[in-house]
Amino acid sequence: MPELLQFLLSGITVGAVYALVALGFTIIYNASDVVNFAQGEFVMLGGMITFFAHAAGLPLPLAALIAIIATAAIGVALNKLAIEPARGAPVVSLIIITIGASIFIRGATQLIFDKQLHRFPAFSGDQPILIGGATILPQSLWVIAGALAIFFCLWLFFTRTLIGRAVLATANNRIAAQLVGINTNYVMTLSFAMSAAIGALAGVLVTPITLTGYDVGLALALKGFAAAMLGGMGNPKGALVGGLLLGVLEAMTAGYISSQYKDAAAFVVILAVLFAMPQGLFGRKSTDRV
Amino acid sequence: MRFSSKATTLLILIAVIAIAPVFFPSSYYFRVGSLIFVNGLAVTGLVVLIGYAGQISLGHAGFAGIGAYACALAPVHLGLHPALAAVFGAALSATIAFLVGRPILRLKGYYLAVASLGFGILVSMVLSNEARLTGGPDGMAVPELGLRGVLRTVGVDLSNTEFWYAFSGLVLVLGAWLALNLYHSPTGRALRALHGSEIAARTVGVDVAHYKLVAFVLSAVYASVSGSLLALQNKFITPDVAGFMHSIEMVTMTVLGGAGSVLGAILGAVILTTLPQVLTIFQEYEQLMLGLVMMLVMIFMRQGLLPSIARSVRGRGE
Repeated sequence: MPELLQFLLSGITVGAVYALVALGFTIIYNASDVVNFAQGEFVMLGGMITFFAHAAGLPLPLAALIAIIATAAIGVALNKLAIEPARGAPVVSLIIITIGASIFIRGATQLIFDKQLHRFPAFSGDQPILIGGATILPQSLWVIAGALAIFFCLWLFFTRTLIGRAVLATANNRIAAQLVGINTNYVMTLSFAMSAAIGALAGVLVTPITLTGYDVGLALALKGFAAAMLGGMGNPKGALVGGLLLGVLEAMTAGYISSQYKDAAAFVVILAVLFAMPQGLFGRKSTDRV
Repeated sequence: MRFSSKATTLLILIAVIAIAPVFFPSSYYFRVGSLIFVNGLAVTGLVVLIGYAGQISLGHAGFAGIGAYACALAPVHLGLHPALAAVFGAALSATIAFLVGRPILRLKGYYLAVASLGFGILVSMVLSNEARLTGGPDGMAVPELGLRGVLRTVGVDLSNTEFWYAFSGLVLVLGAWLALNLYHSPTGRALRALHGSEIAARTVGVDVAHYKLVAFVLSAVYASVSGSLLALQNKFITPDVAGFMHSIEMVTMTVLGGAGSVLGAILGAVILTTLPQVLTIFQEYEQLMLGLVMMLVMIFMRQGLLPSIARSVRGRGE
């Protein structure tokens, strides 16, 4: 079964990236009820800024750190300049605002940097590791470890820290959170910064494998969104599982059915999940207030 | 002045379409004009779906793709006349919308957005992957409609761009007229009722699922015809017509001008169709500007351009 194992390994690698994007979605969705279609651009920015900082002579870890901080700042700016002024707008408007933001960021990136594909060296070399007849790149292990570490940190943050609980409270009921003295504006800023930083980290981790360019963000956003929905919107565990499932599913489709239709498989499954259980795998049922 | 009133809207539309050519310095403007009308038609359909019924779709370019490729494929494989092929495409779109719409429209908000988005992406994927049939990402040729030749025999000699300006303008007026009629019909009232509150509409006996489906199928037909018109006038088509970005453009045009009014949405089509043409000199900045316009209008004019302007004009008058 080395073939199956190979597909599984590459699926989990890609899935870990989707999971990171989906986690970013989840944080912002929980804090603000906004689905941020610009989430993929954070991944792109992480990769692009790291590459150009590295190319300018900075050591890779420092370049990556700068990229993550800069992307977090862009995330905060996105919230302050575009999301906050539009609070209470209908879903359609919010979708258009975040898609507009993603197009804007893409346009700005191609102006400031360029339109080429870029790659920087993998963290631990490019020598594939043999596992039971299949191979995996050391960088893939970094990606998978990164996704798991982020998930664990988020879990600690939301369950063990006061500020994490404040974010959950804000997500639950904004006004009630304000009434008990939570600075909800700060919570929003923090959520966007965290979400953008996680996206950028995903970009830093995956660029040595998949390369990056100004236009890679949209596809990632769609996949991450699909993963978040598969797992159940707003649920971090769902984001992780949804992302990994989606990655494996794509790899299996590409391996056994048709590589051209690997993206199709993802959307077919998402449509099926939405029809069969609209709340996703881990979501809760919600009812509408009349 | 009430922008919602049917006669005013149609008069403004017809007047602008008829008078604008007087100021056109070259045939290029006719070309841009007909592109505007083609987009305007798709957008009018989305007014029914988004503006009347309050449902969103991020996959309507899929139907435009079906309409476009019907015009390219049906004449070759089924021997249909290109005009009949467009009708065939519309019927096919309606059928698919009917089948897909029922399960999709049970969803709301973001879930509906992602489901329709998934549908659109599946259509564009089939179009670019089935290269043996569709020519793949390189696209394929579309046969001539042939109506221009017929017109010439009865003494009306129009240049290619003039013909398409007039023809798509005519189809747009027709589409706008139908959409405006719908607004004041019992179906239109049912749609607006379920837009306001689905539960309230259901309580007073509106078959919510049925009327959502009606809006979805109608808007799919509009998108399909718009795709057909685009294919026939370009005589060439690529899978981009069904792509995600095209879906986004369509929704943006609709909401930009004002999803609640046909005229507003068409204004959105005018702006977003001409913007890239104006910006060709600054091609580097095109995406930057498009993104900026999308954000600014949605933040500062939530109802869309036209209703916002109308309100401020009215406010000043009082």
